[in-house]
Amino acid sequence: MANDRPSQTILVAFMLCIFCSLSVSLFAVMLRSAQDRNKLLDKQKNIIAVSGLSEKGDLANEEIEQLFESIKTFAIDLDTGEKIDDFNIETYNQKKVSKTPDLSIPLNDAEDIAAIGRRENISLVYEVYDANEELDAVVIPIRGYGLWSTLYGFLSLENDGTTVRGITFYDHAETPGLGGEVDNLKWKASWKGKQVFSTDDEIVITVVKGRASQANEVDGLAGATITTRGVDNMLQFWLGDKGYKKYIDKHLRNEQKT
Amino acid sequence: MMSTSTEGMQAEEKIRARKKTIKEIKKNVWFPVFDNNPIALQILGICSALAVTSNLKTSVVMSIAVIVVLCASNTLVSVIRNQVPSAIRIIVQMAIISSLVIVTDQVLKAFVYDISKQLSVFVGLIITNCIIMGRAEGYAMHNSPLKSLFDGLGNGIGYSIVLLVVGFFRELFGSGSLFGVQVLSLATEGGWYVPNGMMLLSPSAFFLIGFFIWFVRVWKPEQNEDN
Repeated sequence: MANDRPSQTILVAFMLCIFCSLSVSLFAVMLRSAQDRNKLLDKQKNIIAVSGLSEKGDLANEEIEQLFESIKTFAIDLDTGEKIDDFNIETYNQKKVSKTPDLSIPLNDAEDIAAIGRRENISLVYEVYDANEELDAVVIPIRGYGLWSTLYGFLSLENDGTTVRGITFYDHAETPGLGGEVDNLKWKASWKGKQVFSTDDEIVITVVKGRASQANEVDGLAGATITTRGVDNMLQFWLGDKGYKKYIDKHLRNEQKT
Repeated sequence: MMSTSTEGMQAEEKIRARKKTIKEIKKNVWFPVFDNNPIALQILGICSALAVTSNLKTSVVMSIAVIVVLCASNTLVSVIRNQVPSAIRIIVQMAIISSLVIVTDQVLKAFVYDISKQLSVFVGLIITNCIIMGRAEGYAMHNSPLKSLFDGLGNGIGYSIVLLVVGFFRELFGSGSLFGVQVLSLATEGGWYVPNGMMLLSPSAFFLIGFFIWFVRVWKPEQNEDN
């Protein structure tokens, strides 16, 4: 066959590569801005949902942008709890940084209760302000291992730094119907108003088996013991000293006391 | 006199040829739906049929994605079929298919982000869907672009039918809803229906595909293999 000449083989392969790579890169470049916008909107949607700014599940893009105007993003040094000025929050990729040796710290077995391996030094937090420019609530990113996967989510606290406003998970691969019920709206709503810290400043929030009876207890998910324990552990970690404790103390709870 | 009759014969020939093509195209579209269904008879593309059918919305988007990729890959492969050296034909098909899949994935991410998040890697895995390679190698390499296009459409529809049937039952019995709209009131929300959690897990799709094959074979006994 004439087609089987080496020259023809090379020519076809070459032309095909050019054609395929051109079309793929053309689409990738053309659609990049729309994709980035979607990613950002999706994140903002989750933050809005967890901070209780909107009850609606399906927000239009314009509504998300408008609601997000009352939310300010800050970079926090997790070791000191201080806000970092002059930080480019737009290009900060927290997920990537949490795996970069220079920008994160390894956790030893005793510290690493959420099974995340490393913790980034700088984290973004989202502060919700009301119409009078008063701090209304904060939203902190949390993550930890469940049964099959790392759950990524947000926890929102009232401006007293201890009352839960909401919790949500935007990325996980837990079993649908069991651990996947962390997405259940009713369960998420049951977190609202729970107390995170005791009067002795201990982290007391916990997910219990069966029915919760105390202000620091949340109903566990039926048939999802390990996922539930993962959620419990991740709260213990992220509200602790290695997590946002210093930030919460400095910016929320101290203001209350003084 | 002579010339007009040959012209007439030629015209007749042309019409006959066109009729034949149309008939073939019709067959290409309808035959794979039930008579030669890629999933139910050829047992291809099972993996994605298990993975994305836990609700109807993802099933529909996945179906559309596969139909688009299948039509486009069949057409493109058919267009260049006479230039492709047989030694590298598989990798040529693969390159075309993967480029199309990447483009599809990018488009989904740009326009239906929520659904593309649910489909996650499974859009990318269309590349490894045997139906697409199978049609490129088995049909498009030997047939004209037009016929190949409709062959792709037919096989895509055949794949989609199974996905939609499976997605319908899994969402209805697993979550009590259809397209996200609650149809059966759930016991957890004060209704009467206790959702069947197994329906949300992949193995349930095996049972449903099994049932689908069973019904098709009861209806069309010629599909039964001789033992």
